[in-house]
Amino acid sequence: MKRIKHAKAADQYIHKSAHPKAQHVAAIHLRNKRDRAVTVIDEWEELRETASKIKLHTLSNLHGYLEEFEANAKANGVIIHWAQTGDDLNKIVYELLDERNVPYLVKSKSMLTEECHMNQYLEERGIDVYDTDLGERIVQLAKEPPSHIVVPAMHKTKEEISDLFHKTMNTEKDNVDAKYLTLAARKDLRTKFMNAEAALTGVNFGVAETGTVTIVTNEGNADLGVNKAKLQIHCMGIEKLIPKLNDLSVFLRLLGRSATGQPITTYSSHYHKPKPEGEMHIVIVDNGRSDHLGMEDFWTALKCIRCGACMNTCPVYRSGGGHSYGYTVPGPIGSIITPARDITQYDDLPFASSLCGSCSDVCPVKIDIHGQLLKWREVIVESGQVAKSKSLPMKIGSTVLSKGQWYRLSGWGARKFLNYFPKLANAMVPKWTKGRELPNPPKESFREWYIKNKKNG
Amino acid sequence: MKIALFVPCYVDQFYPGVAKASLAILENLGYEVDFPLNQTCCGQPMVNSGFVKEGEKVTDHFRSVFQDYDVVVGPSGSCVHHLIHHAGIGKTENDPKVYELFSFLSEQDVMPTMTKPFPHKVGFHFSCHALRGLRLGKSSELVGEGFSVIQPFIDAIPQAEWVPLDQVDECCGFGGTFSVFEDAVSVNMGQRRLADHQSHGAEYLVSIDSSCLMHLEGVSRKQKDGLKFLHLAELIAMVI
Repeated sequence: MKRIKHAKAADQYIHKSAHPKAQHVAAIHLRNKRDRAVTVIDEWEELRETASKIKLHTLSNLHGYLEEFEANAKANGVIIHWAQTGDDLNKIVYELLDERNVPYLVKSKSMLTEECHMNQYLEERGIDVYDTDLGERIVQLAKEPPSHIVVPAMHKTKEEISDLFHKTMNTEKDNVDAKYLTLAARKDLRTKFMNAEAALTGVNFGVAETGTVTIVTNEGNADLGVNKAKLQIHCMGIEKLIPKLNDLSVFLRLLGRSATGQPITTYSSHYHKPKPEGEMHIVIVDNGRSDHLGMEDFWTALKCIRCGACMNTCPVYRSGGGHSYGYTVPGPIGSIITPARDITQYDDLPFASSLCGSCSDVCPVKIDIHGQLLKWREVIVESGQVAKSKSLPMKIGSTVLSKGQWYRLSGWGARKFLNYFPKLANAMVPKWTKGRELPNPPKESFREWYIKNKKNG
Repeated sequence: MKIALFVPCYVDQFYPGVAKASLAILENLGYEVDFPLNQTCCGQPMVNSGFVKEGEKVTDHFRSVFQDYDVVVGPSGSCVHHLIHHAGIGKTENDPKVYELFSFLSEQDVMPTMTKPFPHKVGFHFSCHALRGLRLGKSSELVGEGFSVIQPFIDAIPQAEWVPLDQVDECCGFGGTFSVFEDAVSVNMGQRRLADHQSHGAEYLVSIDSSCLMHLEGVSRKQKDGLKFLHLAELIAMVI
């Protein structure tokens, strides 16, 4: 797989893309909406703490809860499948569709299938996939990956979407009315829904005590698909489990507010058992999660409920854009999940942060995201993957800065050099000076001034 | 109480005025302060880049320079956050207690007497490591009663008009070596912070961390927007 270079991709987005501010404008809007929605909840911090504890408990006892979930779901008449890898998931879903001669699939709210590249897998085998949520549909039509997990087409402007719909659905050229465009997509998908023989969704929460799955949406497409099609399939990562139905009362309050600033999403759908004459399948997917769970410093990242708040708040994400991370889950949470999946491919991502800590404070399940970003840096350096151009200055710096005399000589030299040869000095640090000036060097350091003026009285 | 002034390496070399102002404020309040001459750096640049062993070497030097003091005070939320929370200085009884300048004054419950007016519009940049690291104020993400260790000092500056901001505590984009490895994003973040301050009419941008200021001033001078930059210690030293 291609090694991700975040800085380069972000630079491209900032300097070469048509709408480099689109991601920021949409994401900061959501962050501000989130603030308004959470400040009215006096017990917000208590909710976060409770959610964190429920997730820590569940993850620490996951083997038991998975078995409980499976037993209860089976008792409800649900067929359970286990997928070790993304390919296993794709294969299971393909076989379910193929055995029933299903021509196409309607899909809603599943970043997991995006993670496992299911669309491509099915399409290569002759089964069409329709992403039915508007944002997912837009990026599917544009043949682009999502730039955000909740708002996949966040990076796109109305004008771009109008153009895309004109080309793919023959809508009026240059009509940028959001309602018009939304209705056009809706009309286009309705026939797909009405004739669908199979529907697939992701899962927000799997409840162990009931063996049921809960999916939250605003557009209601999960319900449209599942209630119409005979075959319903739900794909769930193993970390989605919560022990009890009551626990939803904590998570549903946190999720909508953190994600979009809504007190609750329009639909909270709970799927219990197959419809009369229908089939309900749940595929429980690992795809690297159990390895991640075994990492002492990093397992708590699996608490994530995929609200996207850390993306919305992250100034690096907003500046560099969601695509710069090169993974389905971008932003701060993506940068601590990806190296757990493949440390070589994603070794650049933990460095794509100023470590401002906003992600950790905004996280509804209190993942120490920026703490893990820092820890990943240490692990990546230890693994010897860091380029010499980065490691050499650190080694020299460490030696110089641990000896008073060497430090003073270097500091003096740097100031004098900057003073006498400002142009050359500027040219020597292009990464700094491309967008910034260097500080004006003072005549003397504080220490030099102190010795002259203070030391002996 | 034996007090030492810790002057971060880049402040010593490039912003001596910040160190002089810090010393002046402490002396103005009657504290006797030493400046240990062999001090260098806190080790943060290495550790934040993942080079923990290299950083520890520098922190060991810090420890040896400051071991005989009860209290170490430095005009930087970022370096002090590193020393306390990453290097663990202050964990054992023999360690000195390390403070960011204004958190020290706050804990001592002292306030410099400020008499001279500063009739300007000022934007305050709350650096992330001081805010979300040292928790010198409530970050905008958290819900609860607002507080800020810095606010009383800001409020005491005669005639200064503090401008509101759209994003009250967003990162400036410095982030240590991040500013170089991720230069495009770093500069873009800086430009966005400057625009926020300027859209509210700020003439000055003030912070308690010179590292944020070095970055923001660098971006500002490059785009020639005329904004002026001061460390809060410099501003207070000007009005006492």
